[in-house]
Amino acid sequence: MSSAQGALLGTSLAKTYHVKDQPPVEVLKDCSFEFEPAMLNVVMGTSGCGKSTLAHMLAGYVRPDQGTLTIDGEPITDSGPDRLVVFQETALWPWMTVEENVVFGPLSRGGSRSKAVAASNNLLQRFGLGEFKDKYPGQLSGGMMRRAELAQALINSPKVMILDEPFRGLDVMTRELMQEYYLKLFEDTRLSTVFITAELEEALFLADRIYLMSDAPGRIVKIIDVDLPRPREISCTATKRYAELEQEALAALYAGQGEEDQL
Amino acid sequence: MTKASITNVKTPSSALADRPASGKVSVRNVTKIYDPEGVHVVALDGFSMDIEAGDFVAIVGPSGCGKSTLMNILAGFDTLTTGEVYLDDQLLAGPGTKPLPGSDRVVVFQQGALFPWMTVLENVTYGLMKKGVLKRAEANEKGIEFLERSGNLGRIANSYPAQLSSGMQRRVEIVRALINDPKILLLDEPFRAMDTVNKNRMHQHLLRIYQATRKTIMFITHDLEEALFLADRVIVMTTRPGTMKMDIAIDLPRPRDHAMMASEAYLALKQQAVFAVREEAKRAFDRGEREMA
Amino acid sequence: MSDEISTTANDASANAPVKRRAKSRWNISSWNWRGFVSIACFFLAWQGAVSLELPGFTKIPGPSEVVHTFVNDYLFTQSYWNSWLVSFERVFWGFALAQIIGIPFGLFLGTSKLFNNLVFPVFEMMRPIPPLAWVPLSILFWPTTESSIIFITFIGAFFIITINIYDGVRSIKQEHIWLARSLGASRIRIFRRIMIPAVLPAIAVGMTLGIAVTWNVVIAAEMIASDSGLGRLTWEGYVSSTPPVVIVGMISIGIAGYLSTMIVDIIERRMMPWKYK
Repeated sequence: MSSAQGALLGTSLAKTYHVKDQPPVEVLKDCSFEFEPAMLNVVMGTSGCGKSTLAHMLAGYVRPDQGTLTIDGEPITDSGPDRLVVFQETALWPWMTVEENVVFGPLSRGGSRSKAVAASNNLLQRFGLGEFKDKYPGQLSGGMMRRAELAQALINSPKVMILDEPFRGLDVMTRELMQEYYLKLFEDTRLSTVFITAELEEALFLADRIYLMSDAPGRIVKIIDVDLPRPREISCTATKRYAELEQEALAALYAGQGEEDQL
Repeated sequence: MTKASITNVKTPSSALADRPASGKVSVRNVTKIYDPEGVHVVALDGFSMDIEAGDFVAIVGPSGCGKSTLMNILAGFDTLTTGEVYLDDQLLAGPGTKPLPGSDRVVVFQQGALFPWMTVLENVTYGLMKKGVLKRAEANEKGIEFLERSGNLGRIANSYPAQLSSGMQRRVEIVRALINDPKILLLDEPFRAMDTVNKNRMHQHLLRIYQATRKTIMFITHDLEEALFLADRVIVMTTRPGTMKMDIAIDLPRPRDHAMMASEAYLALKQQAVFAVREEAKRAFDRGEREMA
Repeated sequence: MSDEISTTANDASANAPVKRRAKSRWNISSWNWRGFVSIACFFLAWQGAVSLELPGFTKIPGPSEVVHTFVNDYLFTQSYWNSWLVSFERVFWGFALAQIIGIPFGLFLGTSKLFNNLVFPVFEMMRPIPPLAWVPLSILFWPTTESSIIFITFIGAFFIITINIYDGVRSIKQEHIWLARSLGASRIRIFRRIMIPAVLPAIAVGMTLGIAVTWNVVIAAEMIASDSGLGRLTWEGYVSSTPPVVIVGMISIGIAGYLSTMIVDIIERRMMPWKYK
C-alpha cells in the first residue's frame, strides 16, 4: 500500500432532501471532518442521523448542497473505483455468482478475464470462500456474504473503503466474528477506511478515531481517539481503557438528546 | 419521526421489590431432539437449571444453541423429548405432555407480535377481554393504568403499532405481557437490531420495570454485554447440542446504570465470560460454514 | 443445510432448526390421499346431484355422460384437437407479442423520463378499458378474424406486462446501480448486467399474470367472434343444446390453461437460476 493515500476532507457540508408533498428534510448541516489516510475512521450516530448520506457523498453518488469535499486535495465530483462503498446488506448482485460479482469491477474497466479471475480466486481463497465461488449470494450465509462483499471491493484496490453499516442484520455473535475478521484485514493492509455504524461497541472495537454525529441535521459533534493497542482482540473490550472510552462516548451520545425517546 | 420529549420518568424508587412467592422455574435434564427418525438434530442435551422466583436470568449462546427451543418449551409452544420442566413445583412439560401456552408465561418476541389492526390499548387489554374476566370499561381502565405506569405510555393508547418506533412497540409488548400478571416473563432477544442509544434506553426501561415488579425474567440474547448489564445470573450455552457451559452470578448492585460498565467488578465478570462466549460463537460459525460447503 | 446456521438477519428460525427437512422414503403425507378423496367426493356428489335430479341439475349432464361423449365423439377426432391447436396458437401469438412489445415498452417507461411523460398518460387512459371492450373495434380495424382475436389477446396481456416491468424498473435498488457505476461499468454494461437481471423477477410476474389473462380473453373472444377454438367448441355445445359438450370444452380449457402456466413456470426458472438454487 503506497503511503498516505485517501485523505478525505469535508468542509461545512449541507444537504436537504425535497420529497414531493412533504416538508423538506435537512439531513446534513455544517458537517466538517478530516479523515486521515491509512486510518480506520468510524462515523457513529443514531439511525436517521445522515450517516448514509455522508457515505453516499464520499462515494460521489450524492452532491452536497453546500460545502466542499476533497480526496487527497482533489474535489470529489463523481463516483469512481478509488472510493468504494460496501453497502448495508445489498452490496452483492443476486443474479451473479460470487465470482462474477467479484470480477465485475476489473472487467468493467476493460481488464482481462483471466487476470481478474486469478485475482478473484486469490481473494476468495483468502476469505475462506474458495469453494463458494460458483454459488449465488442467496446460497451463502450472512457472514459469507459480508466477506464476499469485501472481496468485491478490494479487488479494485481502492484508495478508500467506505463501509456503510456493513455488518448490520447479522446477529451479535456473527457480527463480532466479522469485526475481528475485518480488523485483521485492516491491520494487514492499513487501507484508508470510513466505517459507518450505529453501534458503539463496534465503533470502539474497530476504530482509530470515532467521529460522533448529532441527530439530523447531522454534523460531527465529537471526535474520540481510540488509543487501544493494535493488533486488537476481543479481550480488549474488557479492559479499563475500553470502559473509559465507552463512558466518554455514551456521555457525548446522551448529551443534547431528550431523556426519553421519541414516538 | 417527531421528537416528543416527555417528562422524566425516573420516579420508580431505587428499592428492589420483594422476592415474589411464585415464579420459580426448574428445568431438569431436558433433551430435545428434532426429527429423531430423520436428520436427528439434538437441540438440547440434558440441560438443567433452576431459577429462583424473582430472578433475572440471561441466557447467552450462538444461533442454534437451543436457547430458543428452551424458551419455546417453557412458553408451551413446543414439546421436549426427555426431562421435565416445573413451574412453582407444578409439572409444566414432560415427555408426552401436550404443549400448552398460558398467560402465566408470556413471551416478548424479537420481531414483535402486536396485532397491527388493534390500537395500543386494544392490544394491551386483549388478554383480559379474551379471558372474559373484565368488562370493556374495566379492562380499558386497567390498560391505561398499566400504560401510564410504564413511563407515561398512556398518551399513545389510541395509536396503532405501525405509528410507533420499534422501541415503543417493544414497551407496549412488555406492558401487554405484564397486565396478565404472569409468573415469568420470557424475552426472546427483544432489543435486537436497535442502535446503541435506543437499546440502552430500553435496558433502563426494562430494569425499572424489573425493580418495580420483580417478575422472574428469562432473557435470551446473543449479546454478552446486554446480559451482563441486565441480569442477576448469566448462563452461557454451548453450540448444538445445547448444554450449559458457564453459569455466572452477577452480584452487581441494583439499580444499575451504564456507568457501572466501567467498574472493576463488571470488567472482571466480562473478562471471565468473553472468551467462553467467543469460543462457542466460533464453533457454531465454523460448523455452519462446513455444513454449507 | 443452509438454514441451520443462518447468520443472516432473518434467522428467527435458526434456533429451532430442521423441521420438515427429512425426505423419508416412507413419508405417507407426500402421497396426499386426502386430495384423492376430495376429488372422488366431488365427482360422486356431482353424479349424485344429477341422478337425484336436484333443482338446477336437471339440464346438467353427469360425469359419466361427459366422459362418454368425450371418448366417443371427441377424443379421436381431428376437429377437437384442431380446436386445441387454434386456441393455443392465438394464446401464443397474443402472449408473445405482448412480451416482445411490452418488455421494451415498460423498460423505456421506467428509464426515460421524456418517453414516460409523452406516453404514460395515453397508456393510463387506455389501461382501464377491459380487453373484451375492444372486440367490436378490433373486428372493424383488422382485416381477418384471426388477427383481431390475436390483437384482443395481445391487449389483455400487454397492459399487465408493461405495468409490471415499469414497476420493476422503478424498484431497482439504487445501490445496485451505484456500485456498478463506481466500479467503472459503462451504461450499456449497467443496462445489460444490472438492470435487465434486476427486472427479470418483474417480467416473471408479468408473464404469470399475463398468461392467465390471455386464456380468459381468448376463450371469450372465441365465443363472441370466431368459428374455431376451444371457446367456440364450448359455445357450440350450448347453442346446439348438447350440454356434455359444454363440459368437455370447459375441462379442456382448464387443462390448456394449466399446461400454459406450467410452461411459463419452467421458462421463469430458466430465466432466473439464482432464485431457484
